[in-house]
Amino acid sequence: MKNTDIKRLLYTHLLCIFSIILSIFIPSFFLENFSILETHLTWLCICSVFVTAVNLVLYLVVKPNASSKRSSLSYKVTRFLKCCIYFLMSCFFFHVIFVLYGAPLIELVLETFLFAVILSTFTTVPCLCLLGPNLKAWLRVFSRNGVTSIWENSLQITTISSFIGTWLGAFPIPLDWERPWQVWPISCTLGATFGYVAGLVISPLWIYWNRKQLTYKNN
Amino acid sequence: MQKISVLLFLAWVCFLFYAGIALFTSGFLLTRLELTNHSSCQELPGPGSQPWGSQGKPGACWMASRFSRVVLVLIDALRFDFAQPQPSHGPGEPPVSLPFLGKLDSLQRILEIQPHHAKLYQSKADPPTTTMQRLKALTTGSLPTFIDAGSNFASHAIVEDNLIKQLASAGRRVVFMGDDTWKDLFPGAFSQAFFFPSFNVRDLHTVDNGILEHLYPTMDSGEWDMLIAHFLGVDHCGHKYGPHHPEMAKKLSQMDQVIQGLVERLENDTLLVVIGDHGMTVTGDHGGDSELEISAALFLYSPKALFPGAPPEEPEVVPQISLVPTLALLLGLPIPFGNIGEVMAELFSEIEDSQPHSSALAQASALHLNAQQVSRFLHTYSAATQDLQVKELHRLQNLFSKASADYQRLLQSPQGAEAALQTVITELQQFLRGVRAMCIQSWARFSLGRMAGGAALMAAACFLCLLVSQWAISPGFCFRPLLLTPMACGLAGTIVCAGLLTTTGLKLDPVVLGAMAAVGSLLPFLWKAWAGWGSKRPLVALLPIPGPVLLFLLIRFAAFFSDSFVVAEARATPFLLGSLILLLVAQLHWEGKLLPSKLLTIPRLCFSASAGPPRRNGTHALGLGVGLLLCIRLAGLFHRCPEETPACHSSPWLSPLASVVGGRAKNLWYGACVGALVALLAAVRLWLRRYSNLKSPEPSVLFVRWGLPLMVLGTAAYWALASGADEAPPRLRALVAGASVVLPRAVAGLAASGLVLLLWRPVTVIVKATTGAPRPRTVLTPFAGPPTSRADLDYVVPQIYRHMQEEFRGRLERTKSQGPLTVAAYQLGSVYSAAMVTALTLLAFPLLLLHAERISLVFLLLFLQSFLLLHLLAAGIPITTPGKYISQP
Repeated sequence: MKNTDIKRLLYTHLLCIFSIILSIFIPSFFLENFSILETHLTWLCICSVFVTAVNLVLYLVVKPNASSKRSSLSYKVTRFLKCCIYFLMSCFFFHVIFVLYGAPLIELVLETFLFAVILSTFTTVPCLCLLGPNLKAWLRVFSRNGVTSIWENSLQITTISSFIGTWLGAFPIPLDWERPWQVWPISCTLGATFGYVAGLVISPLWIYWNRKQLTYKNN
Repeated sequence: MQKISVLLFLAWVCFLFYAGIALFTSGFLLTRLELTNHSSCQELPGPGSQPWGSQGKPGACWMASRFSRVVLVLIDALRFDFAQPQPSHGPGEPPVSLPFLGKLDSLQRILEIQPHHAKLYQSKADPPTTTMQRLKALTTGSLPTFIDAGSNFASHAIVEDNLIKQLASAGRRVVFMGDDTWKDLFPGAFSQAFFFPSFNVRDLHTVDNGILEHLYPTMDSGEWDMLIAHFLGVDHCGHKYGPHHPEMAKKLSQMDQVIQGLVERLENDTLLVVIGDHGMTVTGDHGGDSELEISAALFLYSPKALFPGAPPEEPEVVPQISLVPTLALLLGLPIPFGNIGEVMAELFSEIEDSQPHSSALAQASALHLNAQQVSRFLHTYSAATQDLQVKELHRLQNLFSKASADYQRLLQSPQGAEAALQTVITELQQFLRGVRAMCIQSWARFSLGRMAGGAALMAAACFLCLLVSQWAISPGFCFRPLLLTPMACGLAGTIVCAGLLTTTGLKLDPVVLGAMAAVGSLLPFLWKAWAGWGSKRPLVALLPIPGPVLLFLLIRFAAFFSDSFVVAEARATPFLLGSLILLLVAQLHWEGKLLPSKLLTIPRLCFSASAGPPRRNGTHALGLGVGLLLCIRLAGLFHRCPEETPACHSSPWLSPLASVVGGRAKNLWYGACVGALVALLAAVRLWLRRYSNLKSPEPSVLFVRWGLPLMVLGTAAYWALASGADEAPPRLRALVAGASVVLPRAVAGLAASGLVLLLWRPVTVIVKATTGAPRPRTVLTPFAGPPTSRADLDYVVPQIYRHMQEEFRGRLERTKSQGPLTVAAYQLGSVYSAAMVTALTLLAFPLLLLHAERISLVFLLLFLQSFLLLHLLAAGIPITTPGKYISQP
């Protein structure tokens, strides 16, 4: 493992963070009355689009995993379609989990679904970019001693920290502070975003500090 | 001997817990001192003469009587809005929809036609809003405290001074009819009484019809000075159906006819009081201090004009106990000694006399008497105990002496301005309200020291249990040395404490003595634990549960310190439970226990320890987890609101089935409930059959096979009777009533006998020998006394094995010549769990009977959850006995 790899990782992560910051500021030039809290759903969509776009671009430019042997157009198209289906499936899966955790079943369906979309953007999209539509590889990455590169390691950290951020975001909801961000699902989406950003910041640093202990079979 | 020492040790632990709980509750549930002093006719509460010299007149104490007779109609749980007049609606508007609104028409009519004769108040009851506490308050004029709330079902005679006692000592005849709670509260105080049983809350009509039978004849006979009729129908209707039920409308209309009949029969010197002792919640319950529970109706009517002014737009709000001094002075009786209520001054104004001055003077004199009596009570009370705040007491006494002096000065100069009189009235009212506020504050004040001490004692006892459970695992552990020193020290502590207390002349409090004994016995134990603590053993080893579970428990515990989380408990707890479940699944996956190993043997991977082939795959565990989440979410549908949460609505499914309107819905729900019961039974039986427990001829297994279906049958029949009792034909009424008493008792009896059987023979293992003895033999419970070795503790199974070995050794030798002998033992896998499941099922039935019918669905969910969770936990344990091995979550 070289330091250049870690540097590349850091830069890509900085770009991701930058895209989130852009999604906060750019829309206010085009849309009137735009703010994260009041037009939350709009922001959710924009943020999701931005992060997905940046992830795709980075994947195409950096190419962290070994390029697949087959490169025919039909293969690429089916792969892309499969990715889309996986993304949708993960959105629905998250939606169901939220409802099981106590989200309202009928009211605020759109809000809950967009929350599922943004969480999928933070977790599923990087997985799809890095590992492709391959559930077995996903399961491998998220188990002990399952990672094979710093990219997978950082993926593990950002995904887990997004989930933890989402989970912690649910805690302020019952408190009686009467703040606008305590409304479902704003605190959870903000928690997910903060968790994702924290994961993006932490993972290069963590890998840098533990570079002596980390040995990947392929590197 | 060993057994006895274990039992003694357990008894000691029990004592520690009880001492802690007693200490805590003695600080938490404060009692009020009950004074036995009485007011008397001859002795005025304070210095001063009456403005019109009423003393000496017959039938007048303290003040001239304004009414010679009173009819008190106490309608249990008559909430204020039941009696509130409804705005009349035009022909186009729809009529009022709620069944309890606008049913007391006669009140409304009287209020409209005779505004000077009648008045409706909103009376505020003090919590606890249970009937016995309200009766005490309504006759003594004091505030029953929390500790009284527990004794509602074993009520005792009132020792404090009260209205009934004053009436009896003045030679008035009190006739009572209705709720038999009064019999215990006022034994022998009534000249004539008709008591009816109040305990069966499902019975709507016995008490009311009994009263109606005697009410008008008694009234017409004229042999009474105070007539009390306590109707229970409205309250019972609330408990059984809730206020939003057509039955409530019928009941209230009946009450309306009663009031109508009474009004027609009233004579000029008689006052009619209609009062509700408390209100009810939207589900028909009471006891707490929510707005709906404490607001009750109070209606006064007299055939002669009583109220001077125009009726107010909104009915006035008065404290409920105001009625006590008011009634006492109106009837020309001394105010009960312990009363802290404030007289309703409006009732003492002079109607015939047009001068405003004399009216105000009469009000002031009533208030002054009231204030004198309250001040006398405060003096006596503060001399007897030190509960009341000294500072506040001084302030109030100064206020009173000032008001009293002003009043005396006004009496000296009768031409005093009316404004000065009004000032005096205001001052007296301020004093009375101040006293009431102070008493409410003092009698509901907690003793923090005792509460903290009790909590610490209980925490120490928990720690002791934890330590001992760790020590007891080591073989050859002996309880006796553990017992002797603490006991000796505890005794010594008690004696020293008792000696100290007696020498200093303080009262001997058994609670404090018990706590001292507990602390004394705990100290040497803790000292021993501290001394024997090796540095090599880390503290973490003590923790019995895995880390994440402990973390969630801690969060749950911390949530109790946040008010918002307590309010949102119904959402926060399932959230945490769900998180725990998903975390368990994720952890299992992380450890690599869920995936078949071939999936993971991708080249380039290194697995330091791939421990054997995993037994269950990931989808199975995920399915279990999602099923659990689903169960938790479904259980949230049966949400019951805690007290004092205004914006919370309990699930309508928690009300009893009898309150469901519409036959079809009722039948469907009934079917669902019985279905849940049958499913519960079937699940337990299937589970036992799967682990082949049902084949054993043990009595407890036989009970599961035959007794449980009987219990299901009994419960279902009882529900059918309870939900449809009112639709039964009149001929069968007695039969239905009898059956609805017998059936629950039969089910509870069956459950108890099943538990006894289970305790007698908990092990359901059967052993079969194919040759020699074809008859299956059962193994007696092999666990006799404390274990002697490590292996015994870990498993019962080896013990059974050893037992079997010994059992067959003799026979083997005998039958050696006959060929090989095959021995088979069944149900070893579920040694613990079979007994556990049976016990839990047996316990579930009496609990089911205590709840409303539809709770059975929740019980089914609970059992499903525990099955799923235990399977999930079992999935992560490499070597395990299948099925249940710990108790319910």
